[in-house]
Amino acid sequence: MKFDIYDFSVLTSSIHELLRSVMGETSVMITEMVIVGIVFLTLFSVLGLVLIYIERKVCAFFQQRLGPMRVGFWGTAQTVADAIKLLLKEPLMTKSADKFLFNLAPFIIIISSFMAIAAVPFALGLQALDLNIGVFYVTAISSIGVAGILIAGWASNNKYSLIGAIRSGAQIVSYELSVGLSILTIVVLTGSLQFSEIIESQRDGWWIFRGHIPAFIAFVIFLIAGTAETNRGPFDLAEAESELTAGFHTEYSGMKFAFFFLAEFVNMFIISAIGATMFLGGWMPLHFGELTSFNEIMDFIPPLFWFLGKTFFIIFIMMWFKWTFPRLRIDQLLTLEWKYLLPINLINILIMAFIVLMGWHF
Amino acid sequence: MSVKEVQNSKESQEYFVNMGPQHPSTHGVLRLLLTLDGETITNVEPHLGYIHRSIEKMCERDSYQQIVHLTDRMDYLSCHMNNEAVCLAVEKGLEMEIPERVKVIRTIISELTRLSSHQLWWGVMGMDLGAITSFLYGFRDREMITDIFEETCGARLTMNYNIPGGLMFDIPSNFQTKVKEFIIHFRKKLPEYDQLMTNNIIFRNRTEGVGILTKEDAISYGVTGPSGRASGWNNDIRKIKPYSAYDRVEFKEITYTKGDSFARYKVRIDEMWESMNIIEQLIDNIPEGNYKEKTRVVIKLPKTEIYQSVETARGELGVYINSDGKKSPYRVKFRSPGLSNLNALNSMAKGGKIADLVTIMSTIDLVIPDIDR
Amino acid sequence: MTRQELQNKILSFPIETSFAETEVETQYLTTDVSAKNTHALISELKNNSDTYFDYLFCQTGIDFPEHMEVLFHLRSTTHLHEIVVRAKIDDRENPIIDSVYDLYKTAEYHEREIFDLFGVKFNNHPDLRRLFLDDDWEGYPLRKDYVDEINIVEL
Repeated sequence: MKFDIYDFSVLTSSIHELLRSVMGETSVMITEMVIVGIVFLTLFSVLGLVLIYIERKVCAFFQQRLGPMRVGFWGTAQTVADAIKLLLKEPLMTKSADKFLFNLAPFIIIISSFMAIAAVPFALGLQALDLNIGVFYVTAISSIGVAGILIAGWASNNKYSLIGAIRSGAQIVSYELSVGLSILTIVVLTGSLQFSEIIESQRDGWWIFRGHIPAFIAFVIFLIAGTAETNRGPFDLAEAESELTAGFHTEYSGMKFAFFFLAEFVNMFIISAIGATMFLGGWMPLHFGELTSFNEIMDFIPPLFWFLGKTFFIIFIMMWFKWTFPRLRIDQLLTLEWKYLLPINLINILIMAFIVLMGWHF
Repeated sequence: MSVKEVQNSKESQEYFVNMGPQHPSTHGVLRLLLTLDGETITNVEPHLGYIHRSIEKMCERDSYQQIVHLTDRMDYLSCHMNNEAVCLAVEKGLEMEIPERVKVIRTIISELTRLSSHQLWWGVMGMDLGAITSFLYGFRDREMITDIFEETCGARLTMNYNIPGGLMFDIPSNFQTKVKEFIIHFRKKLPEYDQLMTNNIIFRNRTEGVGILTKEDAISYGVTGPSGRASGWNNDIRKIKPYSAYDRVEFKEITYTKGDSFARYKVRIDEMWESMNIIEQLIDNIPEGNYKEKTRVVIKLPKTEIYQSVETARGELGVYINSDGKKSPYRVKFRSPGLSNLNALNSMAKGGKIADLVTIMSTIDLVIPDIDR
Repeated sequence: MTRQELQNKILSFPIETSFAETEVETQYLTTDVSAKNTHALISELKNNSDTYFDYLFCQTGIDFPEHMEVLFHLRSTTHLHEIVVRAKIDDRENPIIDSVYDLYKTAEYHEREIFDLFGVKFNNHPDLRRLFLDDDWEGYPLRKDYVDEINIVEL
């Protein structure tokens, strides 16, 4: 029995019709924007809460201890308690810090995460911005976050923050190349930059299996460069706790610090979501070309769960990196990018283009 | 260039960063004034004295038994060895014969202390480099040793177990079983340390070739202990001037020749294996006898000068006692290993990056109360 | 080299040294020398290949009622013998002695510590400042006549 994947656009268009019958054209647009904004704000906060809790539990699991257990059932309310604590903290500002830029920096980072998460496809039809240049848009928007980090380091008027911010700026700008190029490897396979089309093209099987060797290499490079993009894991020397106290966000406290903290976790979610979409099929269930009965069984699980499962799998891998490996030094990090990852990436794209030309992918 | 010169010169691109007294990776209250050119260090100037407690002055007022209690607080990670140094010095001055049982137990407990100090060092080194998980693994294994000490001496950190003349209490009846259990457990865990850090390529890149100390510099600066042995200098006091039961056990003296941070790391890991070998050789054959010799209540050394060295986990700790026949010594000087090791920091860190400085400081294994006394 | 051989070797140097007679034999061979001859004696001990004392393992200051002493404990890493050089400084009000930093780099911190706690000035030291106490501290605490207003350590 064929089970059609539920199309969310049915739901969204019915809401649209309902609103149209009540108010005029512009008011409908504004109302819809407000609804989308509220939904994403809620998603942002819920994601932040859930991810921080998961991080603490996974970290505890690797360190052979239990993690938060007391606040709420098995520690689930821990992050809520932390959020309340951060809200109640005194928002400090040093006298010689540049007031306007100091306050502006966290907002820039949050805005860039917000705009990037708007383009992530959660399920069929459940996507806020389905641009036909989707991939290009996401890579461009995530570069805006660098400006926030540099401004935060400069405006703090603190040598530690400045060193951390410059290191981080150099790192993110370098690794954007690798992220972009490894995504480009998959675009060569699909022939389109639009997210919904990329996912549709994986209906017969995910690209990581169908694109075999070059796609796998691109996935590994994407994982490494993605962790570096979000200042996580072995590449977190911008906030290297044991060297520079807290790097570029040393001087921030209270809610502004919470913005940086939240933005880091949501960025991790976004990178994992992009990775899951490009390489692991997004919300598409696991299909193998000709096995129609297997495909029908896979279709029973709703696409939203597929998407979240894949994303959290990549997030788990990124957390595994962070809690196992020591940190790289800044010059080793930049050497890794410019001398190793970039040439491998370029050669990989050439190989992939060749394979597509000869039709050697599945 | 000194501070004034840099501030006055207009072409200099150097700037100062303070790794202040409160810092997660200076292992105590140590202030380092770094002169940086971009990310490269041109000068490191340590400022000490934040935990100076005038222990040497206090020793001129206290009796000889009380001095032993002050030494725990110097290098708190090798406190048994500190106590042992003073006790051996006093016993040498009184020309006492110590029972064999006391010597063997002192050696076993010193080696356990060395093991626990190295475990803590390994955990903290991982944490400084970014692999925070290693901190918890090191402490998990260290718990077994602290439990043994708690049962034997009554305390987990400042364990005054050695007194001039012997030990304060006899070992409990389950001491041998517990130590043997620990050895069996740790022999399985120590290869995990290698899997997690030693063979990791990121760790190798961070430590190989970083902070090289040549053998001539090591001797000139007086860098003893594992840091000196990693530069090829055989300075193990347990081999040169054996004390307690070290002359009847067989163990290797670990030296490497390269003198970089990775060599210092490997020396300590290999020393952990050797410590376990030493304990295994002694634990089954603890001789029977008294656990202390009777001394007078008020100990008075004759008019003499005594120097006693022991090999702590950090290097050669020397106790110099100059006594004039009264009940307190005239002058006590503790030759701390940390002071000489810290002296070499500037030459090791010049030309490296800030991240390298953190690596070098963790491999030298500084404990600041040992330096400041 | 044995103690007797060392003693003879040192007596053969062209520097004025003496060996004190004590009722109990000292632990190491102790050479007494005046403050102005110390640097010459130690550099001779270091550079002579028979003695070759290349490791200064302890440098101590001691305060006596009439004079001050600086003790140098030296060991040879090749011959494995040790010696103590006792430098007598007669002027207790303004004690000055030559630094051995050019021979042993470890003297840098040891001499700063002696300067800090005893007030002995070392010539040719690269950077003679206080080590543990504040730069503007008055007095030298480990001297026997040091008076502590807060009476932290009451002898």
